Amino acid sequence: MKQKDETILEIHDLSVSFRMYDHGLEQTDLQVISDLYLTVYPGEIVAVAGSSGSGKSLLASAILGILPGNATVHGHLHYKGQELTQERQEQLRGTDIALVPQSVAFLDPLMKVGAQADGHRKPLPTDKRKSIFKRLGLPDKTEQLYPFQLSGGMARRALVSTALLTDAKLVIADEPTPGMSLEQALEALRMFREMADDGKAVILITHDLDLAFEFTDRVAVFYAGTTVETALASDFKKGPDALRHPYSQALWRALPQNGFQPVCGFQPYAGALPKGCLYAPRCPYKTAQCMDAVPPVREIRGGEVRCYYGA
Amino acid sequence: MALEAKNIYFRYGRKQPWILEDCTLKIDRGERLAVSAPSGYGKTTLALLLAGYLKPEKGEILLDDKPLPAKGICPVQLIYQHPEKAVNPRWRLKRVLEESGKLREDVLDAFGIERAWLDRFPRELSGGELQRFCVARALMSGADYLICDEISTMLDVITQAQIWNVVLEEADKRNMGIIAVTHNKHLAERIATRMIDLSE
Ligand SMILES: Nc1ncnc2c1ncn2[C@@H]1O[C@H](COP(=O)(O)OP(=O)(O)OP(=O)(O)O)[C@@H](O)[C@H]1O
Ligand SMILES: Nc1ncnc2c1ncn2[C@@H]1O[C@H](COP(=O)(O)OP(=O)(O)O)[C@@H](O)[C@H]1O
Ligand code: SF4
Ligand SMILES: [Mg+2]
Ligand SMILES: [Mg+2]
Repeated sequence: MKQKDETILEIHDLSVSFRMYDHGLEQTDLQVISDLYLTVYPGEIVAVAGSSGSGKSLLASAILGILPGNATVHGHLHYKGQELTQERQEQLRGTDIALVPQSVAFLDPLMKVGAQADGHRKPLPTDKRKSIFKRLGLPDKTEQLYPFQLSGGMARRALVSTALLTDAKLVIADEPTPGMSLEQALEALRMFREMADDGKAVILITHDLDLAFEFTDRVAVFYAGTTVETALASDFKKGPDALRHPYSQALWRALPQNGFQPVCGFQPYAGALPKGCLYAPRCPYKTAQCMDAVPPVREIRGGEVRCYYGA
Repeated sequence: MALEAKNIYFRYGRKQPWILEDCTLKIDRGERLAVSAPSGYGKTTLALLLAGYLKPEKGEILLDDKPLPAKGICPVQLIYQHPEKAVNPRWRLKRVLEESGKLREDVLDAFGIERAWLDRFPRELSGGELQRFCVARALMSGADYLICDEISTMLDVITQAQIWNVVLEEADKRNMGIIAVTHNKHLAERIATRMIDLSE
């Protein structure tokens, strides 16, 4: 294993909860992330895959310090070996750490796309921006358009360009490729790969698993607010036998080209989590032990798994 | 019985270039058509035209040989590419549902929609959760045609398979027509009875 001080990002025992107000004025705390971990080294792309609502975007917000006011964060969050305090997050945000947001609504509706990507930098990075636009297949006239005039895929490409224009050491890309054609998505991933090969790092939150296998180094799989497995990208390429957690295996089998096989049921609601393994209600291999206590994380074959039986 | 775009022309303003020129497309009830084309080609524009949110400059959109009805819940329902733009951000989800047709518990269950979400505002759900909500809303509207504009790109592959299974089952039961815009050819092969590429 690599030395700890080499990590660009190290997160463990992370939890996030929201203070919610029910019908009356009753307050409840809804814990949506628990015991989550993720480590990122310079030079790598780590894909984050997982169920809808598993905490991927909230993790991004927690790293950047942009969670809503009613959220509370606990746990170990270190950037380049130093704790990520609110103050440090504010310094790093947009300069050292850049976000490609999941929602295209993040674009400023009143500003033309070209100027928006250039930002307030001096000198303006106009030439570099033009070349990134070109690589992503955005026509020249795009820089003169307002966000409402863009198609969905164009808006995503504009958001990716904006992040690539920064000098960030860490880019967190939250589902950057929906709406792009396959060629454009591949080009965007190639550009992230070049960044990583340059010694920077990328967290790629994505549902396009088949693309992720090709361009990333490792894959972290989230379920119901926790990390259930970290695998080498090559394990995902090999197929379910190389994977360690039943949920990761199920993800692989649900790809349209691998069977399109759904799994009954949905991720448990954060307000009503089972006592033991969070995947137990849907797991075909569960035993009494699984339902009794949360399984610990174990290292197996160069990856990690949170399952009693994962091998 | 069919939904039809007949020689339509569309551009976003007099001085703008044509987005669609002489575009013709027809889908029968019971059919499932997958539509692809490069990003920015005009897929969403076509979807908005078919659902009556935009009007063609020339040509017509016909439902069973008649123009789309101007009043009531439209029998052609569009599920947007971006759910965050499809719901009023200041309404709780319960209110959003109340505006859009009959509430069906079986549909909520089939999409894994937690009842507690209904007390929340749209920004308090994840992207995929909000999209599931929007698909459920469209199914509850009782539409005869569904236009699905890249609706499953923001879902994990298991949920994607689940959602499509429910949609296809319901479409079979009600003999609905489906137009699915997608870049994913594996997905298109799974869900469609016919595929077209607008750019060809
Ligand atoms: N402001 C909020 N208040 C309460 N709950 C929230 C809030 N924001 C998110 N959540 C809940 O936290 C969980 C994780 O949300 P998050 O947006 O991180 O999911 P995600 O993994 O990014 O999912 P997706 O793939 O659908 O984008 C979800 O169950 C969501 O409902
Ligand atoms: N409101 C608008 N005003 C001006 N141009 C628009 C508007 N919406 C989309 N366009 C342009 O129309 C073209 C087609 O967009 P769209 O139908 O959204 O494409 P897609 O095939 O990716 O869904 C794009 O070039 C886009 O820039
Ligand atoms: S711990 Fe048990 S229930 Fe959980 S994933 Fe492993 S086998 Fe399944
Ligand atoms: Mg998200
Ligand atoms: Mg579109």
